[in-house]
Amino acid sequence: MSGWDKFVETFFNAKVMWKYLPDILSGMVVTIELALLIVVTGLGAGLALALLRSLAIRPLNWLIIFVVDLFRSLPPLVIIVLMYFGLPYAGPAPSGFVSTWLSLAFVLMAFSEEIFWAGITSIPKGQWEASRSTGLSFGQTLFNVVLPQAFRLTIPPLTNRTIAITKGTALGTVVAVTEILGQASSAMSNSYNPSPLMMGAAAYIVLFLPVVVAARWIETKFAWKR
Amino acid sequence: MIEAFFNIEIMKAAWPIVLTGLWNTILLSLIVVPLGLLGGLILALLASIKNPLVRWPLMAWVDFFRAFPPLVLLVLLFAGLPFAGLELGGFACVAIAFFLNTGSYYGEIFRAGIDSVPVGQVEAARSTGLTRMQAMRYVVLPQAVRNVMPDLLSNTLEVVKLTSLGSVVAVPELLYEARQAQSITYNPTPIVMAAVIYFLLLWPLVRLLSRLENRALAGRR
Repeated sequence: MSGWDKFVETFFNAKVMWKYLPDILSGMVVTIELALLIVVTGLGAGLALALLRSLAIRPLNWLIIFVVDLFRSLPPLVIIVLMYFGLPYAGPAPSGFVSTWLSLAFVLMAFSEEIFWAGITSIPKGQWEASRSTGLSFGQTLFNVVLPQAFRLTIPPLTNRTIAITKGTALGTVVAVTEILGQASSAMSNSYNPSPLMMGAAAYIVLFLPVVVAARWIETKFAWKR
Repeated sequence: MIEAFFNIEIMKAAWPIVLTGLWNTILLSLIVVPLGLLGGLILALLASIKNPLVRWPLMAWVDFFRAFPPLVLLVLLFAGLPFAGLELGGFACVAIAFFLNTGSYYGEIFRAGIDSVPVGQVEAARSTGLTRMQAMRYVVLPQAVRNVMPDLLSNTLEVVKLTSLGSVVAVPELLYEARQAQSITYNPTPIVMAAVIYFLLLWPLVRLLSRLENRALAGRR
């Protein structure tokens, strides 16, 4: 057997791949579920916090800033480990899936709050005053004048950040979530063959590469002319 | 509650272990951040060659590593490579994975920085007799780095946080040591200690970044 054949036999073993394909596919489903949950709840919570912050209630804003700073400075894996291995000592014992989802959603919330907030503050004060003086309410000004402009500004940084955090679903494997990497790792140790790991790697590329390419396109489309 | 998460007895016992982890995290960061910066600089300099034969493969390379979770890369190197007869330690795997992953992110940032320097500057520099390399080194790069400083800092923060992945491949950094201490003491206090240390270590940087980013986004209108 030539070296090349041996390499293919080891890393791209068709028999092993066929056997563990269903596992990897079910891992992909879990990864997609987890990713969608994180994106929806994380961005939603981030926007909600930014809107709350625009009410300018002092003590509330301090609290928001502290929470945001906290989740920006802690490594996501530390939050996941703390939630999964630590929380049960205090009572609730979240599953690996829930720990990963909540941890990454908190992180995305923190980063997106900062970005949304920067977008909102970038709208000149005069626009607020002008809208209010035409008789629009606070809510109408926010939703019809400020947010549409703010969103446009925030889209490039927001897409980048969202992709980076969503990729973190792979961290779930540390707390026994059966997503792609978890499935691939256990298939590898069952078969004594790294082919499932190569499939797992391919699965991530299939899922995330289109998103990254789309983000690049969005970035150029929304780029601000210097 | 305090018994479980802020147990003084356990803090005393775990402190030396956690401290070792902290030093290793700092050391690891001091190695992987320059490594990522170097990788990024190489990518950005290559990208400044405006040749489609260089540019497209480079873009594919960067996008590939932006799409690929760093933990998967790390596991691939740590658990996959031994099947090819190449057994690297956890530390070497972290170094290589970070060079590839964070290098791509730093590369994009440097590229944006180089693009932000007007072409006229290079032309002017060249016309005074500087070589292409000299123009890049003395005229373009210093301005490029200054223009993207907030992004460079922000990525560096992410890289330092990412060193916690080392715990998965048994690199004895802060999270790994804290988990060791947790499994010895059957108490989550060491992990809380690690979290507090990460927070105290990185909070000043987060505060600084928050200011810089607000200013940058507001100034872009």
